[in-house]
Amino acid sequence: MSTGLNDNDLISKVLSGDQQAYAGLVTRYQNYVFTLTLRMIKNREDAEEVAQDVFIKAYKYLADFRGASKFSTWLYTIVNNTCISFLRKKKLEIHSLDNEGVFEVADSRDSGFRADIVEQKSRQSMVGNAISMLNPDDAEIITLFYKNEQSLDEIAQILGLEVNTAKVRLHRARTRLKEKMETHFAHEVKDLN
Amino acid sequence: MICMNKEHSIEERLWEFIDGISSAEEKTVIEKLLQTDAEWKAKYSELLQINEMLASSDLEEPSMRFTKNVMEGIAKLHIAPATKSYINKKIIWGIGIFFVTMLLAILVYGFSQMDWSTGESSSFTEKLSKFDISKFFNNTWVNAFMMVNVVLGLVLLDSYFNNKRKQFRKEA
Repeated sequence: MSTGLNDNDLISKVLSGDQQAYAGLVTRYQNYVFTLTLRMIKNREDAEEVAQDVFIKAYKYLADFRGASKFSTWLYTIVNNTCISFLRKKKLEIHSLDNEGVFEVADSRDSGFRADIVEQKSRQSMVGNAISMLNPDDAEIITLFYKNEQSLDEIAQILGLEVNTAKVRLHRARTRLKEKMETHFAHEVKDLN
Repeated sequence: MICMNKEHSIEERLWEFIDGISSAEEKTVIEKLLQTDAEWKAKYSELLQINEMLASSDLEEPSMRFTKNVMEGIAKLHIAPATKSYINKKIIWGIGIFFVTMLLAILVYGFSQMDWSTGESSSFTEKLSKFDISKFFNNTWVNAFMMVNVVLGLVLLDSYFNNKRKQFRKEA
């Protein structure tokens, strides 16, 4: 089908009227978009709804994508705006949580996660859970760096930051992630060593 | 405190090394430290492990119906025309020229209404300081005329853009 085509080929097909070609783009980026929305919204049902909304908006405004950046970079701007609108609508706190808040969230989740982790002993689920305990800004930059394989220059561009600021933010996010893992998954981390 | 800062600095330098963004000189220094310094070596393997875990962790997966839901959502939608296609540069220039012309007309009119004979003072700055600015807009009729023109211009522009938008929607 259209899976062998690159992003720009798929976009050209969609723009020339082949609506079904858009499924190729959705399949390719659904995990990336869903992960980002989940990191910001922290509720699976809402995150999935917002992620669908992101793809619908992206389709509607696809003609505005000029190929100057990666499709994923352009998509990210829609993810960010859609999440902010959603959180505003829901009147949820969008500002980054302070450390105390993060620990409260983490503590409340810890008991639920622990049983899973002991059972699964899964390195991946531990990392995923630790990331979900971070504040949205930290989770976001880690996801962008590791999951979408974007360079620091690209991350700085899409977050509207200086490269050096993005570097510092990534460093701090990883430090906080390390602390989370040591605090909440110390036993599992030890097992993995 | 010094110890914490030192550790922080080691981590920062090691993350840059792991990310491959250290300078060539720094890279050589760190490589040497990793061979000789136990603290650096231990910290490096710790950070490397976190890096590997992060790199190998999976993205979250939405439900199986995700793509289907999106495709159903876009089924009746049309792709909107690119923004640049309905923002005509000629219009922007037109608006700019309109306002600059208005401004120039007001200035020319204002200066023509001024009394340039300012007694015996010959210096230009002296003359300038004695200008009566109220003469710029002393004619109520002229002011009203300008205002009506501006409002009319904006109303016409608004209706023009509305028509354009409707036209594009029809085409889409």
